[in-house]
Amino acid sequence: MNTAGERLYNGIVKENPTFVMMLGMCPTLAVTTSAINGLGMGLTTMVILALSNLIISMLRKVIPDDVRVPAFIVIVASFVTIVQFLLQAYIPTLNESLGLYIPLIVVNCIILGRAEAYASKNPMIASLFDGIGMGLGFTIGLTSIGLVREIIGSGKLFGMAVLPASYEPVSIFVMAPGAFFVLALLTGIQNKVKLNLAKKGKDVSKIQSGCNADCASCGAKCGNAKE
Amino acid sequence: MKELLVIAIGSALVNNVVLSQFLGICPFLGVSKKVDTAAGMGAAVIFVITLASFVTSVIDKVLLIPLKMTYLQTIVFILVIACLVQFVEMFLKKTMQSLYQALGVYLPLITTNCAVLGVALTNATKEYSILTSTVNGFAVAAGFTISIILLAGIREKLEYNDISPALKGSPIVLVTAGLMAIAFCGFSGII
Repeated sequence: MNTAGERLYNGIVKENPTFVMMLGMCPTLAVTTSAINGLGMGLTTMVILALSNLIISMLRKVIPDDVRVPAFIVIVASFVTIVQFLLQAYIPTLNESLGLYIPLIVVNCIILGRAEAYASKNPMIASLFDGIGMGLGFTIGLTSIGLVREIIGSGKLFGMAVLPASYEPVSIFVMAPGAFFVLALLTGIQNKVKLNLAKKGKDVSKIQSGCNADCASCGAKCGNAKE
Repeated sequence: MKELLVIAIGSALVNNVVLSQFLGICPFLGVSKKVDTAAGMGAAVIFVITLASFVTSVIDKVLLIPLKMTYLQTIVFILVIACLVQFVEMFLKKTMQSLYQALGVYLPLITTNCAVLGVALTNATKEYSILTSTVNGFAVAAGFTISIILLAGIREKLEYNDISPALKGSPIVLVTAGLMAIAFCGFSGII
Protein backbone atom coordinates (compact mmCIF):
# COMPACT_ATOMS: atom_id res chain seq x y z
CA MET A 1 0.00 0.00 0.00
CA ASN A 2 1.33 3.48 -0.77
CA THR A 3 1.97 6.08 1.94
CA ALA A 4 -1.18 8.15 1.37
CA GLY A 5 -3.47 5.13 1.51
CA GLU A 6 -1.62 3.70 4.49
CA ARG A 7 -1.98 6.99 6.42
CA LEU A 8 -5.71 7.16 5.66
CA TYR A 9 -6.20 3.55 6.81
CA ASN A 10 -4.14 4.25 9.93
CA GLY A 11 -6.24 7.29 10.85
CA ILE A 12 -9.64 5.78 10.13
CA VAL A 13 -9.16 2.24 11.44
CA LYS A 14 -5.90 1.40 13.17
CA GLU A 15 -5.47 4.51 15.31
CA ASN A 16 -9.01 5.89 15.15
CA PRO A 17 -8.86 8.93 17.47
CA THR A 18 -12.31 8.37 18.97
CA PHE A 19 -12.65 4.60 19.29
CA VAL A 20 -9.04 3.44 19.69
CA MET A 21 -7.01 6.36 21.01
CA MET A 22 -9.83 8.14 22.93
CA LEU A 23 -8.48 11.59 22.17
CA GLY A 24 -10.33 14.88 22.02
CA MET A 25 -13.01 13.86 24.49
CA CYS A 26 -14.23 17.40 25.25
CA PRO A 27 -15.70 18.06 21.78
CA THR A 28 -16.79 14.41 21.54
CA LEU A 29 -19.00 14.82 24.60
CA ALA A 30 -20.14 18.35 23.90
CA VAL A 31 -21.23 18.48 20.27
CA THR A 32 -22.62 15.01 19.64
CA THR A 33 -26.20 15.93 20.59
CA SER A 34 -27.12 15.29 16.95
CA ALA A 35 -25.49 13.54 14.01
CA ILE A 36 -25.28 16.70 11.94
CA ASN A 37 -23.41 18.57 14.71
CA GLY A 38 -20.99 15.67 15.06
CA LEU A 39 -20.43 15.61 11.31
CA GLY A 40 -19.88 19.38 11.21
CA MET A 41 -17.44 19.33 14.10
CA GLY A 42 -15.57 16.35 12.65
CA LEU A 43 -15.17 17.93 9.22
CA THR A 44 -14.12 21.28 10.71
CA THR A 45 -11.49 19.53 12.81
CA MET A 46 -10.36 17.53 9.76
CA VAL A 47 -9.75 20.64 7.67
CA ILE A 48 -7.76 22.30 10.45
CA LEU A 49 -5.83 19.11 11.20
CA ALA A 50 -4.89 18.49 7.56
CA LEU A 51 -3.81 22.10 6.91
CA SER A 52 -1.86 22.49 10.15
CA ASN A 53 -0.16 19.12 9.57
CA LEU A 54 0.85 20.30 6.07
CA ILE A 55 2.27 23.62 7.26
CA ILE A 56 4.01 22.13 10.31
CA SER A 57 5.59 19.50 8.09
CA MET A 58 6.77 22.22 5.67
CA LEU A 59 8.33 24.17 8.52
CA ARG A 60 9.68 21.18 10.44
CA LYS A 61 13.30 22.02 9.60
CA VAL A 62 12.85 25.74 10.29
CA ILE A 63 11.21 25.61 13.72
CA PRO A 64 13.81 25.27 16.50
CA ASP A 65 13.19 22.27 18.72
CA ASP A 66 12.97 24.29 21.96
CA VAL A 67 10.04 26.45 20.88
CA ARG A 68 8.20 23.94 18.72
CA VAL A 69 5.08 23.61 20.90
CA PRO A 70 4.32 27.35 21.00
CA ALA A 71 5.04 27.53 17.26
CA PHE A 72 2.60 24.66 16.59
CA ILE A 73 -0.03 26.39 18.74
CA VAL A 74 0.29 29.61 16.71
CA ILE A 75 -0.08 27.72 13.42
CA VAL A 76 -3.11 25.77 14.66
CA ALA A 77 -4.71 28.88 16.19
CA SER A 78 -4.32 30.76 12.89
CA PHE A 79 -6.11 28.02 10.96
CA VAL A 80 -8.84 27.81 13.60
CA THR A 81 -9.43 31.56 13.27
CA ILE A 82 -9.58 31.35 9.47
CA VAL A 83 -11.98 28.40 9.53
CA GLN A 84 -14.15 30.10 12.14
CA PHE A 85 -14.58 33.12 9.87
CA LEU A 86 -15.36 30.93 6.87
CA LEU A 87 -18.03 29.13 8.90
CA GLN A 88 -19.48 32.42 10.13
CA ALA A 89 -19.75 33.61 6.55
CA TYR A 90 -20.95 30.50 4.74
CA ILE A 91 -22.50 28.07 7.28
CA PRO A 92 -23.76 30.38 10.06
CA THR A 93 -26.19 27.76 11.44
CA LEU A 94 -23.39 25.28 12.10
CA ASN A 95 -21.24 28.02 13.59
CA GLU A 96 -24.06 28.89 15.95
CA SER A 97 -24.74 25.35 17.10
CA LEU A 98 -21.06 24.56 17.69
CA GLY A 99 -20.36 27.99 19.20
CA LEU A 100 -17.52 28.03 21.69
CA TYR A 101 -16.24 24.61 20.62
CA ILE A 102 -14.88 25.93 17.30
CA PRO A 103 -12.19 28.19 18.82
CA LEU A 104 -11.53 25.42 21.35
CA ILE A 105 -10.26 23.19 18.54
CA VAL A 106 -6.94 24.94 19.25
CA VAL A 107 -6.53 22.94 22.45
CA ASN A 108 -7.84 19.67 20.99
CA CYS A 109 -5.17 17.14 21.89
CA ILE A 110 -5.55 15.28 18.56
CA ILE A 111 -4.16 18.24 16.63
CA LEU A 112 -1.14 18.97 18.81
CA GLY A 113 -0.63 15.24 19.24
CA ARG A 114 -0.42 14.61 15.49
CA ALA A 115 1.82 17.66 15.02
CA GLU A 116 4.18 16.35 17.67
CA ALA A 117 4.02 12.66 16.79
CA TYR A 118 3.85 12.74 13.00
CA ALA A 119 3.95 16.04 11.11
CA SER A 120 7.12 17.32 12.77
CA LYS A 121 9.05 14.26 11.59
CA ASN A 122 7.58 13.33 8.20
CA PRO A 123 7.37 14.78 4.67
CA MET A 124 4.53 17.03 3.53
CA ILE A 125 2.27 14.73 1.51
CA ALA A 126 2.36 11.96 4.10
CA SER A 127 1.56 14.49 6.85
CA LEU A 128 -1.34 15.94 4.85
CA PHE A 129 -2.85 12.49 4.39
CA ASP A 130 -2.16 11.65 8.03
CA GLY A 131 -4.23 14.73 8.94
CA ILE A 132 -7.03 13.79 6.55
CA GLY A 133 -7.07 10.19 7.79
CA MET A 134 -7.14 11.16 11.47
CA GLY A 135 -9.76 13.82 10.70
CA LEU A 136 -11.96 11.31 8.88
CA GLY A 137 -11.57 8.86 11.76
CA PHE A 138 -12.65 11.59 14.17
CA THR A 139 -15.57 12.56 11.90
CA ILE A 140 -16.78 8.95 11.75
CA GLY A 141 -16.48 8.67 15.53
CA LEU A 142 -18.40 11.89 16.23
CA THR A 143 -21.08 11.22 13.61
CA SER A 144 -21.79 7.72 14.86
CA ILE A 145 -21.97 8.83 18.50
CA GLY A 146 -24.22 11.68 17.35
CA LEU A 147 -26.44 9.22 15.46
CA VAL A 148 -26.92 7.01 18.50
CA ARG A 149 -27.67 9.93 20.81
CA GLU A 150 -30.05 11.54 18.31
CA ILE A 151 -32.04 8.36 17.63
CA ILE A 152 -32.42 7.44 21.30
CA GLY A 153 -32.74 10.98 22.58
CA SER A 154 -35.12 12.54 20.07
CA GLY A 155 -36.15 9.72 17.72
CA LYS A 156 -34.67 11.52 14.74
CA LEU A 157 -31.95 10.89 12.19
CA PHE A 158 -30.20 13.96 10.74
CA GLY A 159 -33.24 15.97 11.88
CA MET A 160 -35.85 13.72 10.21
CA ALA A 161 -38.22 11.70 12.37
CA VAL A 162 -37.50 8.02 11.73
CA LEU A 163 -39.06 6.31 14.71
CA PRO A 164 -42.87 6.00 14.99
CA ALA A 165 -44.68 8.69 16.96
CA SER A 166 -45.49 6.15 19.68
CA TYR A 167 -41.77 6.11 20.59
CA GLU A 168 -41.19 8.20 23.68
CA PRO A 169 -37.76 9.87 23.28
CA VAL A 170 -35.33 9.33 26.15
CA SER A 171 -34.41 12.98 26.18
CA ILE A 172 -31.67 12.54 28.77
CA PHE A 173 -29.51 11.20 25.93
CA VAL A 174 -29.37 14.58 24.21
CA MET A 175 -28.72 16.32 27.52
CA ALA A 176 -25.39 16.55 29.35
CA PRO A 177 -25.67 13.34 31.43
CA GLY A 178 -26.40 11.30 28.29
CA ALA A 179 -23.02 12.25 26.88
CA PHE A 180 -21.29 10.72 29.90
CA PHE A 181 -23.40 7.55 29.70
CA VAL A 182 -22.73 7.04 25.99
CA LEU A 183 -19.01 7.54 26.53
CA ALA A 184 -19.10 5.19 29.53
CA LEU A 185 -20.67 2.52 27.33
CA LEU A 186 -18.09 3.15 24.62
CA THR A 187 -15.12 2.84 26.98
CA GLY A 188 -16.77 -0.24 28.50
CA ILE A 189 -17.00 -1.91 25.09
CA GLN A 190 -13.44 -0.91 24.36
CA ASN A 191 -12.25 -2.42 27.66
CA LYS A 192 -14.08 -5.63 26.84
CA VAL A 193 -12.46 -5.83 23.39
CA LYS A 194 -9.10 -5.13 24.98
CA LEU A 195 -9.58 -7.89 27.56
CA ASN A 196 -10.59 -10.37 24.87
CA LEU A 197 -7.63 -9.46 22.67
CA ALA A 198 -5.26 -9.70 25.62
CA LYS A 199 -6.60 -13.16 26.39
CA LYS A 200 -5.67 -14.23 22.87
CA GLY A 201 -2.20 -12.82 23.42
CA LYS A 202 -2.45 -9.89 21.01
CA ASP A 203 -0.69 -6.56 21.47
CA VAL A 204 -3.14 -4.06 22.98
CA SER A 205 -0.74 -1.27 23.92
CA LYS A 206 -2.16 0.97 21.16
CA ILE A 207 -5.68 0.88 22.58
CA GLN A 208 -6.15 3.51 25.27
CA SER A 209 -9.02 4.14 27.61
CA GLY A 210 -9.82 7.74 28.34
CA CYS A 211 -7.09 10.32 28.19
CA ASN A 212 -5.96 9.73 31.78
CA ALA A 213 -2.34 8.93 31.27
CA ASP A 214 -2.22 10.44 27.84
CA CYS A 215 -3.12 14.02 28.62
CA ALA A 216 -1.01 14.07 31.73
CA SER A 217 2.06 12.96 29.84
CA CYS A 218 1.29 15.32 26.97
CA GLY A 219 0.89 18.23 29.35
CA ALA A 220 4.10 17.39 31.13
CA LYS A 221 5.87 17.13 27.80
CA CYS A 222 4.60 20.54 26.71
CA GLY A 223 5.73 21.99 30.03
CA ASN A 224 9.21 20.51 29.70
CA ALA A 225 9.54 21.63 26.12
CA LYS A 226 8.97 25.23 27.06
CA GLU A 227 11.37 25.43 29.97
CA MET B 1 -23.39 43.30 43.13
CA LYS B 2 -26.55 41.26 42.63
CA GLU B 3 -25.67 40.76 38.97
CA LEU B 4 -22.20 39.48 39.89
CA LEU B 5 -23.72 37.00 42.31
CA VAL B 6 -26.13 35.73 39.68
CA ILE B 7 -23.30 35.30 37.17
CA ALA B 8 -21.14 33.56 39.78
CA ILE B 9 -23.83 31.07 40.81
CA GLY B 10 -24.75 30.49 37.20
CA SER B 11 -21.17 29.69 36.23
CA ALA B 12 -20.29 27.62 39.28
CA LEU B 13 -23.40 25.47 39.65
CA VAL B 14 -26.00 25.85 36.91
CA ASN B 15 -23.69 25.75 33.91
CA ASN B 16 -21.00 23.74 35.66
CA VAL B 17 -17.91 23.81 33.49
CA VAL B 18 -17.30 20.05 33.55
CA LEU B 19 -20.72 18.54 33.98
CA SER B 20 -22.68 20.65 31.53
CA GLN B 21 -20.08 22.41 29.35
CA PHE B 22 -17.66 19.46 29.04
CA LEU B 23 -14.56 21.59 29.38
CA GLY B 24 -11.58 20.18 31.24
CA ILE B 25 -12.71 16.56 31.01
CA CYS B 26 -9.12 15.27 30.93
CA PRO B 27 -8.02 16.50 34.37
CA PHE B 28 -11.51 15.73 35.67
CA LEU B 29 -11.06 12.05 34.81
CA GLY B 30 -7.29 11.88 35.16
CA VAL B 31 -6.55 13.62 38.47
CA SER B 32 -9.58 12.52 40.48
CA LYS B 33 -8.29 9.30 42.06
CA LYS B 34 -7.71 10.82 45.51
CA VAL B 35 -9.39 13.73 47.28
CA ASP B 36 -6.02 15.34 48.17
CA THR B 37 -4.74 15.47 44.62
CA ALA B 38 -8.16 16.54 43.35
CA ALA B 39 -8.15 19.42 45.83
CA GLY B 40 -4.62 20.36 44.73
CA MET B 41 -5.65 20.36 41.11
CA GLY B 42 -8.76 22.37 41.97
CA ALA B 43 -6.71 24.99 43.81
CA ALA B 44 -4.28 25.27 40.89
CA VAL B 45 -7.18 25.63 38.46
CA ILE B 46 -8.84 28.35 40.59
CA PHE B 47 -5.54 30.20 40.72
CA VAL B 48 -4.80 29.98 37.00
CA ILE B 49 -8.31 30.57 35.63
CA THR B 50 -8.95 33.60 37.86
CA LEU B 51 -5.61 35.11 36.87
CA ALA B 52 -6.04 34.21 33.20
CA SER B 53 -9.57 35.68 33.08
CA PHE B 54 -8.26 38.92 34.53
CA VAL B 55 -5.24 39.15 32.22
CA THR B 56 -7.05 38.18 29.00
CA SER B 57 -9.90 40.55 29.82
CA VAL B 58 -7.43 43.42 30.36
CA ILE B 59 -5.67 42.62 27.08
CA ASP B 60 -9.01 42.43 25.31
CA LYS B 61 -10.20 45.79 26.66
CA VAL B 62 -6.89 47.68 26.43
CA LEU B 63 -5.39 46.29 23.22
CA LEU B 64 -7.67 44.22 21.00
CA ILE B 65 -10.92 46.22 21.13
CA PRO B 66 -9.40 49.74 20.69
CA LEU B 67 -7.20 48.46 17.85
CA LYS B 68 -10.16 46.60 16.28
CA MET B 69 -8.23 43.35 16.33
CA THR B 70 -10.77 41.16 18.10
CA TYR B 71 -10.37 38.59 15.32
CA LEU B 72 -7.01 37.73 16.90
CA GLN B 73 -8.67 36.75 20.20
CA THR B 74 -8.14 32.99 19.90
CA ILE B 75 -4.45 33.27 18.98
CA VAL B 76 -3.65 35.97 21.53
CA PHE B 77 -5.54 34.29 24.38
CA ILE B 78 -3.96 30.86 23.96
CA LEU B 79 -0.45 32.35 23.82
CA VAL B 80 -1.10 34.59 26.81
CA ILE B 81 -2.45 31.63 28.79
CA ALA B 82 0.51 29.40 27.89
CA CYS B 83 3.01 32.10 28.86
CA LEU B 84 1.06 32.97 32.00
CA VAL B 85 1.09 29.40 33.26
CA GLN B 86 4.80 29.13 32.57
CA PHE B 87 5.43 32.44 34.31
CA VAL B 88 3.32 31.51 37.34
CA GLU B 89 5.27 28.27 37.65
CA MET B 90 8.64 30.04 37.61
CA PHE B 91 7.40 32.75 39.95
CA LEU B 92 6.11 30.25 42.51
CA LYS B 93 9.30 28.20 42.26
CA LYS B 94 11.43 31.23 43.13
CA THR B 95 9.28 32.95 45.74
CA MET B 96 6.79 30.57 47.34
CA GLN B 97 8.35 27.14 47.68
CA SER B 98 5.55 25.68 49.81
CA LEU B 99 2.81 26.72 47.39
CA TYR B 100 4.92 25.52 44.46
CA GLN B 101 5.28 22.11 46.05
CA ALA B 102 1.52 21.90 46.53
CA LEU B 103 0.50 23.13 43.07
CA GLY B 104 3.64 22.75 40.96
CA VAL B 105 2.97 19.38 39.39
CA TYR B 106 -0.50 20.41 38.25
CA LEU B 107 0.49 23.67 36.59
CA PRO B 108 1.91 22.29 33.30
CA LEU B 109 -1.24 20.19 32.92
CA ILE B 110 -3.40 23.30 32.99
CA THR B 111 -1.92 24.86 29.84
CA THR B 112 -3.66 22.26 27.73
CA ASN B 113 -6.85 22.50 29.79
CA CYS B 114 -9.55 23.79 27.50
CA ALA B 115 -11.49 25.31 30.40
CA VAL B 116 -8.99 28.17 30.68
CA LEU B 117 -9.31 29.20 27.04
CA GLY B 118 -13.04 28.50 27.16
CA VAL B 119 -13.60 30.93 30.04
CA ALA B 120 -11.47 33.62 28.39
CA LEU B 121 -13.44 33.34 25.15
CA THR B 122 -16.81 33.27 26.94
CA ASN B 123 -15.88 36.44 28.83
CA ALA B 124 -14.98 38.10 25.53
CA THR B 125 -18.09 37.04 23.62
CA LYS B 126 -20.42 38.02 26.47
CA GLU B 127 -18.59 41.38 26.70
CA TYR B 128 -18.10 41.16 30.45
CA SER B 129 -16.24 44.00 32.16
CA ILE B 130 -12.83 43.28 33.70
CA LEU B 131 -14.33 42.83 37.18
CA THR B 132 -17.15 40.61 35.92
CA SER B 133 -14.69 38.51 33.90
CA THR B 134 -12.51 37.92 36.94
CA VAL B 135 -15.50 36.98 39.09
CA ASN B 136 -16.82 34.72 36.35
CA GLY B 137 -13.40 33.06 36.00
CA PHE B 138 -13.23 32.43 39.73
CA ALA B 139 -16.78 31.01 39.76
CA VAL B 140 -16.13 28.67 36.84
CA ALA B 141 -12.96 27.38 38.49
CA ALA B 142 -14.79 26.98 41.80
CA GLY B 143 -17.40 24.90 39.96
CA PHE B 144 -14.62 22.75 38.53
CA THR B 145 -13.11 22.28 41.99
CA ILE B 146 -16.47 21.34 43.52
CA SER B 147 -17.14 18.70 40.90
CA ILE B 148 -13.62 17.20 40.86
CA ILE B 149 -13.53 16.91 44.67
CA LEU B 150 -17.00 15.33 44.71
CA LEU B 151 -15.94 12.85 42.03
CA ALA B 152 -12.73 12.02 43.87
CA GLY B 153 -14.72 11.36 47.04
CA ILE B 154 -16.97 8.93 45.19
CA ARG B 155 -14.03 7.27 43.45
CA GLU B 156 -12.26 6.60 46.74
CA LYS B 157 -15.34 4.65 47.84
CA LEU B 158 -15.64 2.91 44.47
CA GLU B 159 -12.20 1.38 45.00
CA TYR B 160 -13.69 -1.06 47.52
CA ASN B 161 -16.55 -2.17 45.28
CA ASP B 162 -16.69 -5.25 43.15
CA ILE B 163 -16.94 -3.98 39.58
CA SER B 164 -17.05 -6.20 36.52
CA PRO B 165 -13.65 -6.15 34.77
CA ALA B 166 -14.90 -4.50 31.59
CA LEU B 167 -16.32 -1.56 33.54
CA LYS B 168 -13.23 -0.97 35.68
CA GLY B 169 -11.40 2.29 35.22
CA SER B 170 -12.86 4.97 32.96
CA PRO B 171 -16.31 3.45 32.26
CA ILE B 172 -17.45 3.38 35.88
CA VAL B 173 -16.00 6.86 36.44
CA LEU B 174 -17.97 8.14 33.44
CA VAL B 175 -21.18 6.57 34.75
CA THR B 176 -20.52 8.31 38.07
CA ALA B 177 -19.92 11.59 36.26
CA GLY B 178 -23.19 11.10 34.36
CA LEU B 179 -25.10 10.62 37.61
CA MET B 180 -23.43 13.74 39.01
CA ALA B 181 -24.47 15.61 35.87
CA ILE B 182 -28.10 14.57 36.50
CA ALA B 183 -27.78 15.88 40.06
CA PHE B 184 -26.38 19.17 38.80
CA CYS B 185 -29.31 19.47 36.37
CA GLY B 186 -31.33 20.13 39.54
CA PHE B 187 -29.63 23.51 39.92
CA SER B 188 -31.04 24.75 36.63
CA GLY B 189 -34.15 26.19 38.27
CA ILE B 190 -32.48 28.43 40.82
CA ILE B 191 -31.76 31.43 38.59
